[in-house]
Amino acid sequence: MNKLKPSAEKLFGALRSRILVLDGAMGTMIQRHTLSEADFRGDRFKDHPDDLKGNNDLLSLTRPDIIKGIHEAYFEAGADIAETNTFSGTRIAQADYGLESAVYDLNYHSARLAREAADAFTVRTPEKPRFVAGSVGPTNRTASISPDVNDPGYRAVTFDDLREAYTEQMAALLDGGADLLLIETVFDTLNAKAALFAARELFDERGEEVPLMVSGTITDASGRTLSGQTTEAFLISIEHHELLSVGLNCALGAAQLRPYIKVLSEKAPFAVSAHPNAGLPNEFGEYDQTPEEMAAAVEEFLQEGFLNIVGGCCGTTPDHIAMLAEAAAKYPPRTRFAERLSQILPEN
Amino acid sequence: MLKLSGLESLHFTPRQNFVNVGERTNVTGSRKFLRLIKENDFEAAVEVALEQVRGGAQIIDVNMDEGMLDGEKAMVRFLNLIAAEPEIARVPVMIDSSKWSIIEAGLKCVQGKSVVNSISLKGGEEEFLWQAKRIRMYGAATVVMAFDEQGQADSFERRIEICERSYKLLTEKAGFPPDDIIFDPNIFPVATGMDEHNNNAVDFFNATRWIKEHLPGAKVSGGVSNVSFSFRGNNAVREAMHSAFLYHGVKSGMDMGIVNPTMLAVYDEIPDDLLTHVEDVLLNRRPDSTERLLEFAEKVKGTGRKTETEAAEWRGLPVNERLSHALVKGIDNFIEADTEEARQGFEKPLEVIEGPLMAGMNVVGDLFGSGKMFLPQVVKSARVMKKAVAYLLPYIEAEKLKNNDKSAAGKVLLATVKGDVHDIGKNIVGVVLACNNYEVIDLGVMVPAEKIIERAVAEGADIIGLSGLITPSLEEMVSVAQEMERTGLNIPLLIGGATTSRVHTAVKIEKHYTRNQAVHVLDASRSVTVVERLLSKDKESYIGEIKKEYEKIRLNHAKKEGQKTYLPLAEARRNRYKLNAEKEPEIIPPNRPGVTCFRDYSLREIAAYIDWTPFFQTWDLHGRFPRILEDEVVGAEAKKLYADAGEMLKEIVTNQWLKARGAVGIWPANTVDDDSVEVYATDGSGRVIHRIECMRQQVKKAKGQPNLALSDFIRPKSDGVTDYIGGFAVTTGSGIEKHVERFRKDHDDYSVIMLKALADRLAEAFAELMHEKVRKDIWGYAARENLSNADLIAEKYRGIRPAPGYPACPDHTEKPGLFRLLDAENNTGISLTENFAMLPAASVSGWYFAAAGSRYFGVGRIGRDQTESLAARKRYTVEEMERRLAPNLGY
Repeated sequence: MNKLKPSAEKLFGALRSRILVLDGAMGTMIQRHTLSEADFRGDRFKDHPDDLKGNNDLLSLTRPDIIKGIHEAYFEAGADIAETNTFSGTRIAQADYGLESAVYDLNYHSARLAREAADAFTVRTPEKPRFVAGSVGPTNRTASISPDVNDPGYRAVTFDDLREAYTEQMAALLDGGADLLLIETVFDTLNAKAALFAARELFDERGEEVPLMVSGTITDASGRTLSGQTTEAFLISIEHHELLSVGLNCALGAAQLRPYIKVLSEKAPFAVSAHPNAGLPNEFGEYDQTPEEMAAAVEEFLQEGFLNIVGGCCGTTPDHIAMLAEAAAKYPPRTRFAERLSQILPEN
Repeated sequence: MLKLSGLESLHFTPRQNFVNVGERTNVTGSRKFLRLIKENDFEAAVEVALEQVRGGAQIIDVNMDEGMLDGEKAMVRFLNLIAAEPEIARVPVMIDSSKWSIIEAGLKCVQGKSVVNSISLKGGEEEFLWQAKRIRMYGAATVVMAFDEQGQADSFERRIEICERSYKLLTEKAGFPPDDIIFDPNIFPVATGMDEHNNNAVDFFNATRWIKEHLPGAKVSGGVSNVSFSFRGNNAVREAMHSAFLYHGVKSGMDMGIVNPTMLAVYDEIPDDLLTHVEDVLLNRRPDSTERLLEFAEKVKGTGRKTETEAAEWRGLPVNERLSHALVKGIDNFIEADTEEARQGFEKPLEVIEGPLMAGMNVVGDLFGSGKMFLPQVVKSARVMKKAVAYLLPYIEAEKLKNNDKSAAGKVLLATVKGDVHDIGKNIVGVVLACNNYEVIDLGVMVPAEKIIERAVAEGADIIGLSGLITPSLEEMVSVAQEMERTGLNIPLLIGGATTSRVHTAVKIEKHYTRNQAVHVLDASRSVTVVERLLSKDKESYIGEIKKEYEKIRLNHAKKEGQKTYLPLAEARRNRYKLNAEKEPEIIPPNRPGVTCFRDYSLREIAAYIDWTPFFQTWDLHGRFPRILEDEVVGAEAKKLYADAGEMLKEIVTNQWLKARGAVGIWPANTVDDDSVEVYATDGSGRVIHRIECMRQQVKKAKGQPNLALSDFIRPKSDGVTDYIGGFAVTTGSGIEKHVERFRKDHDDYSVIMLKALADRLAEAFAELMHEKVRKDIWGYAARENLSNADLIAEKYRGIRPAPGYPACPDHTEKPGLFRLLDAENNTGISLTENFAMLPAASVSGWYFAAAGSRYFGVGRIGRDQTESLAARKRYTVEEMERRLAPNLGY
């Protein structure tokens, strides 16, 4: 049996008593700073052969001030958990920029930035400890879908490729001080299974584990993931791992997400999370749901007791998170999970 | 519960019974598939998988173990290809190989939760545990073969020894959940000519039973076609063997199996002699069973039939037999054509009814009478019969001039009495009687006594049958009996329906109808016997028996009543239940006071709250759900019924056949004068907007037991604390008539009854759902409650929702007040009949009490003093009050 990272106890305690708030979008906030190619390159990559603009994860190394500022803004708004700026932090995703060699640093420093911000806030409000979730994205390749229409049997990435890439990313995130790992925006369950496999191997190797969150993405009104699974099939496919939470994020707004969150709330033996987009994109591809509108939509399922963790994805800002935090404080968390927690943990 | 997934989920629920695994995508079992893989024709190989899924495989077994193949590569390629076919990828995969490297290669290709087939202790504990842990990390379930270091288990003892050891290792050392363990205790061939193989099947069955008893959670599977290995080339025998093996295997607890559905006979349709020989072998029932089967097999060789052709085979029978087959099996696809064919063969169309159709229905009647058929089947048979008769009717009409024979065995007039709208049971009785050649005149619902009598006389009915569900109908039946007496009718009177009883008929009805006999009929299946005997030659002796029986019941009843002592109302009030203010949780004001309406609530959501047990009761199938589905006697029928119900429910939900409307309200309230509850306006003014008059138990209680009234569950005004009471009215009956009419037109009583029964269940489910919503949200006194449907059915929550007209408040006249408070007629579309039945029938209404001390109880009988008190409080005359409360009067 591996030991649990000490901060996990605090996290469980907080989860038992209330609905925790995850932060909002990183990309939306980065866009507010109009950054140039030079900002992305910084000193370290000034001679890199490929264009680097748009590689947001890189900013943790080249503009750490901006990234840390974003974490602080979300904590200020009431977030309990910050996600590291590492959504594309695998060597598979970084290959697009030719930056495989920067993967460890990028994840390590991203985790550090969030850690520093979190610790500062925990000192300020010890009764509300803040946590860092290492964000583990889906990569830009799918293990169960062929990108080649002429050969449905072809795969651009294999389970083992993914497993190795995830191991590298997760190890750096843990080294950098992440309290938990968030495998998110899962559009292909096989990718997520590789990430979970990697996490398990890594925990065994390190002799220490951290809580795992998994968050899938329902692509559209068909109610399925990109790789074709129903919400319930998705849950069944990953519930062999002892997870902290399972949930859904991205692609849809809160209102559209409701039926699928309900399924998880009813069936999942774990905590349930949701970090929806700020509505659906408008005709310009922008998310224009106001904080008030989003909070009202989310409040409906808070009211119904569906959730333990709530946050925001694309288009959300600290203003959205502040409204969500306010709404979350009004309702008790989903009870089924609290009961389970009290079964596995002593009352404290 | 074992759960698997492809693109969709697969649950091994008790309802599932048996999960079949498609075996055609296995190179060791299918020559065709092997050839396709060898020739690298993967496109055609994918087609094989597709056929399997379309043919009903719930999991597909994939095996690439062939010496000439690169097994890993073939496995990966094939799994990747089928992942791109949503119709195949829908179901979970069974990754089948004896080589670990192939299994692991396969596990890396599936996003869902698959099954590994298989691992075992063959290579020792260390390897076994390591593989199990890896499988766990990949998130799959696994088949475990009964195989260890010494070899494959070939006896009962070895099987259970290895399975137990494997189970312990997996659960204790590999952290494997028991639900994800599937044992394959080895299916070996029987009738091989070697004596040591004779008990192979029996050992498998026994081992299966043992595993299910001793290794909780574990499942059992097996490759079925192995068993018939010695009969290769003789499909008739093989199919029978597979099916008989499965029959006994499933009975022993087998959960899944690798089967070829096209090589499977229908158990019930295996010819008796073949089945006997096969089962002699499988069950090792006699020493010479192998020789006997071998000999017999020679005879049936070549008659091997495919199930599809066999299904259509009855179409080749002579027309009379086809009609009989259709009736017994309830198949209505061909009935009109067959009826027409039969008609042409007879002189008169009536002869078709009197001949083959009645002969078929007699078979149905006999099977039903001897418990070999169940009500849902009979109703389906009746549907076929009705369609045939409807087809013949125009021809019979045309014949009427020539022939006016009275062909029916008797004429029965049925009606649901005035003020009552419930007719499911009555419809069933009608169908059952019609099946038995009685002419049934059904007057429908809310039929006044005058009309019943008038029609009975006009039609020359031989018997009248009355039905009702609500308690006022009991009084209504008494008045029908009185009217029959007064108008001089002299035919038997049948009494049926949920609230009726032998005691009530004996005590309250029989005495009013002296000219002939009133008989209580317990359920639909009894109705035929009762009617038959009442119309038979020896009816006098039957009536004599009933009279004697009823006399006895009356004496017993009087004795029992005599033993009960009733307290004066004042004394009962003093012994009221007092809410324990200290133990009671704090009174929570409602989140949403006043009335909240739901105009079109999601039926899908409601359906999840259905309590199925009463649904089966409606169909005279008794037992608790879901156990009833596995019941030895009625299980098979219950399952079919449940499947049909599921289908119709799906239609109801997706096509919005019904509309769910409801209103709930919560108001400030206090109890005054012990038995009354004052309901106040929600504006805080304290204005009394309604007074609920409750009934109190008056029977003398044991020491320490209170005499309850619902008002005891609301804090008295004198406490100076504002309490609250809630009320609700919900319906799922809106829109039902259109569909009932449609089914009626199609002579489809089965669907009529089904729809009404489902609407009733949905209404109850809606009430349950609404109650939960009220507790958790609208009122919100139990916001943190989180219960399963089973818990809800078991009423594990705080608070009650008694309905006026039911035991805790038997006074139906309280309903109009509740409806006024809720403005229920406008808000839900439910109206009340003169006797306070709700229309549509699929409606539920009642009060909400939130006190932790609140509970359901029966008021029972009351004394004259309480009747007088109620009459005064409610401004009724004492006579009127007595009429309304007749079933509860203890004097």
